[in-house]
Amino acid sequence: MNRDKVLVQRPGPRASLVVRNARLLDPASGIDITDDIVIRDGYIGGDPTGLEEIDGTGLLVVPGFVDPHVHLRTPGREDTEDIGSGSRAAAAGGYVAIAAMPNTDPPVDDAQDLVRLRELAARDAVIGVGFICAITKGQQGSELTEAAELAELGAAALSDDGHPVSNAAVFRRALQYQHLAKLPLALHEEDIDLSAGGAMHEGAVSARLGVGGIPAVSESVAVARDIALASYEDARIHICHVSARQTVDEVRLGKARGVHVTAEVSPHHLLLVDEDCESLDPATRKMNPPLRSTADRDALLAALIDGTIDCIATDHAPHGASEKELPFEEAPFGVTGLETAFASLYTHLVLRGKLPLEILVQRMTADAARVLELPVPTLTEGAVANLAVIDPTAKWVVGADGFQSKSRNSAFLDAKLVGEVQLTIAGGQIAWRR
Amino acid sequence: MSSRRSLIAIGDLSRDEITRLLDLGERFAEVMSRDVKKVPTLRGRTVINLFFEASTRTATSFELAGKRLSADVINVKASGSSVEKGESLKDTVLTLAAYQPDVLVIRHAAAGAVAAAARYTDAAVVNAGDGKHEHPTQALLDLYTMRKAIGRLEGLHVAYVGDVLHSRVARSGAIALQTMGATVSFIAPPTLLPRGAAEGLGVHTSHDIADIADADVVYALRMQHERMGKGGFVPSLREYATQYGIGHHRLRPGQRVMHAGPMNRGVEITDQLADDPTALVTAQVEGGMVVRMAVLYDLLSDPQAVRATDAVTEMMAA
Repeated sequence: MNRDKVLVQRPGPRASLVVRNARLLDPASGIDITDDIVIRDGYIGGDPTGLEEIDGTGLLVVPGFVDPHVHLRTPGREDTEDIGSGSRAAAAGGYVAIAAMPNTDPPVDDAQDLVRLRELAARDAVIGVGFICAITKGQQGSELTEAAELAELGAAALSDDGHPVSNAAVFRRALQYQHLAKLPLALHEEDIDLSAGGAMHEGAVSARLGVGGIPAVSESVAVARDIALASYEDARIHICHVSARQTVDEVRLGKARGVHVTAEVSPHHLLLVDEDCESLDPATRKMNPPLRSTADRDALLAALIDGTIDCIATDHAPHGASEKELPFEEAPFGVTGLETAFASLYTHLVLRGKLPLEILVQRMTADAARVLELPVPTLTEGAVANLAVIDPTAKWVVGADGFQSKSRNSAFLDAKLVGEVQLTIAGGQIAWRR
Repeated sequence: MSSRRSLIAIGDLSRDEITRLLDLGERFAEVMSRDVKKVPTLRGRTVINLFFEASTRTATSFELAGKRLSADVINVKASGSSVEKGESLKDTVLTLAAYQPDVLVIRHAAAGAVAAAARYTDAAVVNAGDGKHEHPTQALLDLYTMRKAIGRLEGLHVAYVGDVLHSRVARSGAIALQTMGATVSFIAPPTLLPRGAAEGLGVHTSHDIADIADADVVYALRMQHERMGKGGFVPSLREYATQYGIGHHRLRPGQRVMHAGPMNRGVEITDQLADDPTALVTAQVEGGMVVRMAVLYDLLSDPQAVRATDAVTEMMAA
């Protein structure tokens, strides 16, 4: 199937407006100018005459963000998120396309599940939503799903997210079968025996707190195995939510050897560390992979800048309040992230001179689209309008006005952030307007 | 994290606060040596002991501590309560908080449970052990016992031996002892020594049992089978006993031995040593009650009032 058809969005009126005198920044297309940008009938460019005008002075217009890794909890936990709420949360964060992981209840592992979700998205999604299907039936790690058929029906990728394929022989067959199905493989990397019983990064802080540790090597040994197998089978793999500097080393080594490996990192792993878990508040501090050490965090940022890590992904993981109102060790893993991704990284990395804005935008747009071979949003003339208008000086408090997401388990709850998305146009339609 | 009126982590207490609690414990010990072991101090106050995990010493001593201070004490155990029907920690705490207790004493198997519970009640919350995380009143009673037996904490060297990985006793103890100017070592098999302990807790670490030689106090830790799951952290308890078990043969004269109980006799401590009157095990149990009286009294006394020890002096003189 044409990869353009992977994303599904509900039909709606085409946007027509002009943003005057804004900074237009699209690093992947070599655009960085202060100018007007016209959106006419859902496409970039055309005659501005008679269109609504927005004063863009001081505002930033970027291609809309793409998130290759979110959880929309549909089917099964629509009380915590559904396609409508999740896509609105994404739009509020400046996203125009997201890919939903299949670890739902039941897992998305056959044609019927996928078709049903695409129908729901065509009814409810305010931005482009793609659906990732399981690598193995029921995410049980033993039998491959019918990947060729799933690919024909528009699967975005394959992943057993949350349940890594432990059996190397099964995983090897999935890599071999990729030569037929041609779907990206997005991998949650974890040796579940090494991480068993863990609730936070294993290190000085877990030793002090007495919370079960998840060692960094539980991630990196799985990555090393999978890069070796991908190399042997000449397959392509995408490493989800890199958290450990040892993993960065493995990815860097794999890329240097010419293995087709890409990687993503989440805002919370770039901004928070295990020391931040002292509160033992699982709603904001418990996720898998866990917040790691300062050295890990610094290595992740360096890898994002030098391109070893290709892109930002939020791993947006909504949970109901009662699920997270548990002791730290008993609560489920996961934090939300779509509504805060850009602002959190802009506030703490760009404004502090640690990360150039151009790199951040590219890692959240073109580079994020490419890891799953999704359409690349761009500000170039003639393209379908997929963009975000951001006020880079606006200050806001996370959660003060509630969330578009149905859940509140944000790692940045109550944080004061700078940079607010004013307008998101996705697939030529207005998806979010403050 | 929590109000100062709660006691969730031992690290929240300053050196002066610990000293004050230990001093207060000594005053209560004097009261306990009298014929009538009850004082009216906390009359009209309510203490609820909420134990999600089994306990003999801690539960009993908190109950007795409350009763001897004349508080109304209610004990809720997970077995036989709504917890067995699947009631969440939050709902259990909200329910009990509706009775407006002054103190909730909580024991739970998961790290972070007491911090979580404290978010749902205005009552003072005392951590009576949450998973492998903390056990602050155990640390206080251990310090009380050491100070009483040896006369000082400053400059003392305490070696915790054995299953450090699963031990909230060692963790809280190490933090409290260092606050008081003592030196702490963790001596454990490589599989039972948490990675990062030296950095995270500032202790000396070693796998060599001979390193107990320098210690003033050798603290034998219980091998916690119930937290180990399958696959064993040591090849056998027999091998553990031969490599790390504490007995007279390993001690030099003057070294004191402690154990938080319950003891696995013949594993981490020999039968003979467990029964040796110079071991401080029974003294720890005695210290447990008076220290917990001190903690309850301290939490419930008006923070604006005169120093707690002065108040007790007045009360006892009356």
